[in-house]
Amino acid sequence: MSAESTTTLQDDQHKARYLADLARVAPNSAPAWLRQMRAEALTQFRGAALPHTRIEEWRQTNIAPIIETPYESVLEPAPHGLRRADIAPLLYNEEGWTELVFVDGHFDEALSSRGPLPEGAHAGGLREAWHGAEAKIIRPHLGKYLQERNAYTALNSAFLLDGAFVHLPKNAAPGKPVHLLFLMSRHDHPAAAHPRSLIVLEPGSEAQVLVTFAAMDGGADYLNNAVEEIVLGNNARLTYVRVVEEQVQGHLLATTEVHQGRDSRMYSFAATLSGQIVRNQICVELAEENGESVVDGLYLNDGKRLVDNMLSVHHSQPQGTSRISCRGILDGESKSVFLGKVCVHPNAQKTDSRQLNKNLLLSDHASVETKPQLEIYADDVKCTHGATVGAPPQEVLFYFRSRGISEEAARGMLTCGFAGEVIEEIPIEAVRARLHRYVFEKYAPAKVR
Amino acid sequence: MSSVPGELETAQYEGTRVERSNREVAEIANREYKWGWSTDIESETIPKGLNEDIVRLISLKKAEPDWMTEWRLKAYRHWVQSSEPDWANVRYDEPDFQDISYYSAPKQRPAVKSLDEVDPKLLETFEKLGIPLEEQKRMAGVAVDAVFDSVSVATTHREILAKKGIIFCPISEAIREHPELVQKYLGSVVPRSDNFYASLNSAVFSDGSFVYVPKGVKCPMDLSTYFRINAADTGQFERTLIIADEGAEVNYLEGCTAPRRDENQLHAAVVELVAHANATIRYSTVQNWYAGDHEGKGGIFNFVTKRGKCLGDNSRISWTQVETGSAITWKYPSCLLMGDNSVGEFYSVALTRNHQQADTGTKMIHLGRNTRSTIIAKTISAGQSNSSYRGLVRIMPKALNARNYTQCDSLLIGDRCGAHTFPYIDVRNKTASTEHEASTSKISEDQLFYCQSRGIGPENAISMVVNGFCKEVFDHLPMEFAVEATKLLSISLEGSVG
Repeated sequence: MSAESTTTLQDDQHKARYLADLARVAPNSAPAWLRQMRAEALTQFRGAALPHTRIEEWRQTNIAPIIETPYESVLEPAPHGLRRADIAPLLYNEEGWTELVFVDGHFDEALSSRGPLPEGAHAGGLREAWHGAEAKIIRPHLGKYLQERNAYTALNSAFLLDGAFVHLPKNAAPGKPVHLLFLMSRHDHPAAAHPRSLIVLEPGSEAQVLVTFAAMDGGADYLNNAVEEIVLGNNARLTYVRVVEEQVQGHLLATTEVHQGRDSRMYSFAATLSGQIVRNQICVELAEENGESVVDGLYLNDGKRLVDNMLSVHHSQPQGTSRISCRGILDGESKSVFLGKVCVHPNAQKTDSRQLNKNLLLSDHASVETKPQLEIYADDVKCTHGATVGAPPQEVLFYFRSRGISEEAARGMLTCGFAGEVIEEIPIEAVRARLHRYVFEKYAPAKVR
Repeated sequence: MSSVPGELETAQYEGTRVERSNREVAEIANREYKWGWSTDIESETIPKGLNEDIVRLISLKKAEPDWMTEWRLKAYRHWVQSSEPDWANVRYDEPDFQDISYYSAPKQRPAVKSLDEVDPKLLETFEKLGIPLEEQKRMAGVAVDAVFDSVSVATTHREILAKKGIIFCPISEAIREHPELVQKYLGSVVPRSDNFYASLNSAVFSDGSFVYVPKGVKCPMDLSTYFRINAADTGQFERTLIIADEGAEVNYLEGCTAPRRDENQLHAAVVELVAHANATIRYSTVQNWYAGDHEGKGGIFNFVTKRGKCLGDNSRISWTQVETGSAITWKYPSCLLMGDNSVGEFYSVALTRNHQQADTGTKMIHLGRNTRSTIIAKTISAGQSNSSYRGLVRIMPKALNARNYTQCDSLLIGDRCGAHTFPYIDVRNKTASTEHEASTSKISEDQLFYCQSRGIGPENAISMVVNGFCKEVFDHLPMEFAVEATKLLSISLEGSVG
């Protein structure tokens, strides 16, 4: 750790509000092992520097607006008065789906709906689970995969009050997705939620998990400070899709840690549609042989927003495969940051890794910083990375126009097609359709719509 | 260079391929640095350590005007307040900056008019290095400014250049004789406060080359400098300043070696290039500083700041480098593309073996319209070495229609080495187009097999594959450098692969 990562006096002032809220957490709300975990995280939070642009990982991502706002953390599920109809646009209402709703980080049974799950499978609130029989499953996993990322992930652990817990026993395959909707209710003063998810797939099981980060419109600034831990046992398969639909006054810091066992496969997709400052950090570790991971993404950026995607894959063992493919459409005065990091450790021979970041610039004032990095310590590997930044090519626009299609329409079609290519890879039909529609409505010219 | 490749080929090895390659590797590992001798020349070295008095002393020894002394002191004061950069992907013990002597000069410093006046021992040194100055003088090819430790000892071909109005001389001489040019350009590309090592260099630089090519002049020959660190416990801090006025053209070559010593020696150079409208500067480096032994002991710390400014419209700066030496390399030859339609190029081959570490790359900052840049970086890692490509491409809002193409490929030889790429692409303008491609792999078994099935021995096959891998870069080197680079590479690589 360099000098830059030590905490400063200013940091202490910015932490004060969180520390005061932490002091109010009811001491007996959790089993002893969990309280121990929270206490350790608190110590870590106190000692960690809040992210600033002199830290390499945050060099282009200035989250000062988040740091400087004294958010009040939501400690208890508060009466929000929401009904299912209010949140209907955010739900999928597909047959057989399990849709769990978390308001301000706390599980809300009344708003949730449940589809059939295989025997022994569990999907629900984390708090109810650690008080129940599932505690023995949670304990060996919770907090085990979250590395010391930054002060905010430590803060999430210190505030570990509730969140989602999905567990599939050996060889279970529900066939239908589990949808976790993390919703911020309307607050009249700046509020923060710290939802935590734990997804455990035992060997041979198969699941589809969809996570939505969203909020009710209006109200004050808010921060969604989420941490997810995902464990794939040997030969497990997971489809994971994240859709970020935060409000204009909302910020999201979401860190996902994925730990993959032997022969396991994961497909992940992170779509950032809205939100003021959004940072998606997805860290995959192919901890055993022959793991495969796809980390795809799409970010639609406009206005004065800041979107940061930090995707890393660590190949720790031989024969791993990873594919990172992330696309961005940048408009307005927005700023986008992409950091792709593939690290091949000394033992990870026969690694096959590809990384690609493509950016489409629609405005003169949008900017993008892309950093597709490779760190390789083994020799028998095949690794490539690429990045492109540019506007829709003139010759292509000319082709459209020569066939009587206006430039505006051509741009719209090209933009939809650019996003469509990655969306098409998503294996869940309903999500695919929703994202296609969203992109179409945002970019297709009015006439076509 | 001896015919080492031939010796290896004729050696008959028994056993399996792996055993054979192990033996070959051992042989290579035991091979010593060819340029590891030191010359016993009486030299004048000032006490170790650095403070304002030392800076003044260096300035005094160089008989510099007051403005230069003041300039150095300002740099020193900045250096004291700055800290060593730690973001590079290299690991080493921080040099003790108070344990280095900042000035070392051959004692019989000749005020040379002709080569005959130069200390014969020095000339012998350069002869060993393969730059026979005597030869050079007759040949119409290359004008050499040889820097021995920190002082420029002889500059050939000056009369011919002078006729064209080209100034090619040690920078210390330029400070005395062309103060108006030096004052105008020194620090204009790499400011005193640019970074830790640039500040250090600005405070203590003892010599280097100065080139000024006047308007419309195409330099009739390639200009060249050869650097050598000879004395123990010294650092070499040379400073190069090249100015190509409107429409001028110049090729500049630079080579480096150092004797083998157990302790690390510091080399912190600064190179500044200024290209005015329609001017072209090509700067080529073959860097072969002592890299330390096979256990990673000793070797040069090569912490260099090189930057070129395409000041005028249609100007062009091209960097070509072949990096095979140094224990640690920290070097990012960059281009500031300020003039409209200016072009920046970076072609690099970096080879690391044993315990060498290299963190090298480039920066292309696009400021003018229609600016173009090309980056081709080839990295080869062998043994337990680590090499990183680190490059920045930044396209500013006013750089309309800027184009960048980047390709950085790594070749891995052996399972204990590392190859890393850290590209940064920062685009702030929608008319820009940037492309970045990179790949990392080991030498393809198929290619080796193909060569061998056609009767080409394993050593030569590897050499062919590697040279093919680097060809795009070598094509941009002047002829004699390309030959040297190819040889250097094949010697460094022999036996590295099974």
